[in-house]
Amino acid sequence: MKRFMAFVRKEFLHIFRDYRTLIILFGLPAMQILIFGYAVRTDLTNAGIAVLDNAHDEVSAEIIGKLEASEFFEIKFHLTSYDGIDEAFKQGKIKEVVIFPENFGARLTREGNATVSIIADGSEPNTASLVTGYTTAILNDYSSTLTRQLTSAIPVINPEVKMYFNPNLESHFMFVPGVITLILILVSALMTSVTIVREKEFGTMEVLLVSPLKPWQIIIGKVAPYFFLSLVNVIVILLMAWFVFGLPVRGSVALLIAECMLYILLGLAIGILVSSSVDKMENAIFISFLTLMLPSLLLSGFIFPIENMPKIYDYVSMILPPRWFVEIIRTVMIKGGGLAVIWKETLILVVMTLFFMALSARKFKVRLGEGTK
Amino acid sequence: MTDQKVIEVEKLVKKFGSFVANDNLTFDVCKGEIFGFLGANGAGKTTAIRILCGLSRPTSGKVLVAGIDAARNPEEIKKRIGYMSQRFSLYEDLTVTENIELYGGIYGMRMKEISTRTADLLNRLDFQQYGNTLIRSLPLGLRQKLAFAVAVFHDPDIVFLDEPTSGVDPITRRQFWEMIWETAARGITVFVTTHYMDEAEYCDRVTIMNEGKIVALDTPAALRANYGTDSIEELFVKITRPKTAAV
Repeated sequence: MKRFMAFVRKEFLHIFRDYRTLIILFGLPAMQILIFGYAVRTDLTNAGIAVLDNAHDEVSAEIIGKLEASEFFEIKFHLTSYDGIDEAFKQGKIKEVVIFPENFGARLTREGNATVSIIADGSEPNTASLVTGYTTAILNDYSSTLTRQLTSAIPVINPEVKMYFNPNLESHFMFVPGVITLILILVSALMTSVTIVREKEFGTMEVLLVSPLKPWQIIIGKVAPYFFLSLVNVIVILLMAWFVFGLPVRGSVALLIAECMLYILLGLAIGILVSSSVDKMENAIFISFLTLMLPSLLLSGFIFPIENMPKIYDYVSMILPPRWFVEIIRTVMIKGGGLAVIWKETLILVVMTLFFMALSARKFKVRLGEGTK
Repeated sequence: MTDQKVIEVEKLVKKFGSFVANDNLTFDVCKGEIFGFLGANGAGKTTAIRILCGLSRPTSGKVLVAGIDAARNPEEIKKRIGYMSQRFSLYEDLTVTENIELYGGIYGMRMKEISTRTADLLNRLDFQQYGNTLIRSLPLGLRQKLAFAVAVFHDPDIVFLDEPTSGVDPITRRQFWEMIWETAARGITVFVTTHYMDEAEYCDRVTIMNEGKIVALDTPAALRANYGTDSIEELFVKITRPKTAAV
């Protein structure tokens, strides 16, 4: 145990001596929180739109008024014919055109069913999906008030769309889980794989292996500090989310931390696996980046909603840990759900963790056992 | 040097699949002896050292290191030996003292013992002013000497040096060998591999390996006499050169 502690102490010395590591460890999460929180907001303010009102009735006017009144939209053009649509888009000032057909109001009150066409600028898919989403929400909102007025006598089912968990549709609610996922993968998998490979590359691994330290002590000793620091990171991110963006953890903090620990373990197992497969630090970084960072950025549903992707990506994302973890964090943090809701995702992560641990233990053993040089 | 044997190897065979890396090695090393282990790359030196250090198990044969069976109890061997690899084995981002404390700790020494010995070691090497210097900022020669001092810091029975002087200037090499002699005089057995044939002359006894077998084993003087050569270098080339010399 004393041998082991001497080794762990050394690992901490490495980390605290290298300012670059410290920057990655503590600067990056803070930076990401602020960048994602303020700059890369995926919510909407004053997006330019155009309307083409072929109905010219009370209902369409009222809806246009609502669109105009919302802080999300600014009506740039009132078009008079379909011919203007192309030109309006080409000028790049608008993100969408809302088109009311003839007899819109009459059809809606008579048949209880009318269509509004929404054409969005597909060259910016994300904005397009946001804009149409907001518009649809406003339309739904309006139609629900309308139905209520009309159905004083006959009760009909009232379609009420409400943003329950994120009433203002604020985006930083969604990015905090994403940042946690990203940072944990970065610190636990990437940094541990790099630190282990560094020992190999510098030749110090050989000396450690010849020492009385057992191989598992070397590995645990190398990853333990990162486990600890990852946890500190989670807490820093949560506190920042709380104090800077006013986003408290709605569910159980203990559960959230426990889930994070599970995810860190998974990251460490992957990091060890990567480190046992390569001999150069660049390769460790490259592999970690390619197999862990990019997928967690792109396929976890953190930035781009998985529902918007082709089905194949949906299936691919299922084998990636971040997808499940983002779901867990969202549920616990934002929806306040407990283990009963996320047991399936948790179980998947537990299985993945055990799988990678077994695999890396086996690989490490094989390499140490009978390696020739 | 005494007659007490610290390494006993008898009919050591190590196979990787059908490839025989160590073919029937037999030799003994005595306490306080400087034992040179020579051979071209791929001759099986590294494999043998790995077995002696408890990193790898012999396929068959008897290997006793410090009286411990390498096949049955390799972990015990590790506590009794020191090791310095051809690649630099200290942590560059730690200070001299931190490196010493690390290895002292890994080898289970008490903190108190470590600090008194560290002071003593820095004195002996004339290193007092470097205690809190990062290894990175030390000249290569000093680093190499320090690496050796660290390898024997815990007073092992045997220290294995795997090409310790590669890439070191002649003066430092000379000083390095002086340290080796001092260490051997303290009763620590030195097991050294090298590619410098002049260094082979400094050893008490020399083994030359070729294609997994020991082809020569004796004192440098006796070897030169037996083979009628003027130097170990000449002898080495004579023994290990492949018969169909491909140029």
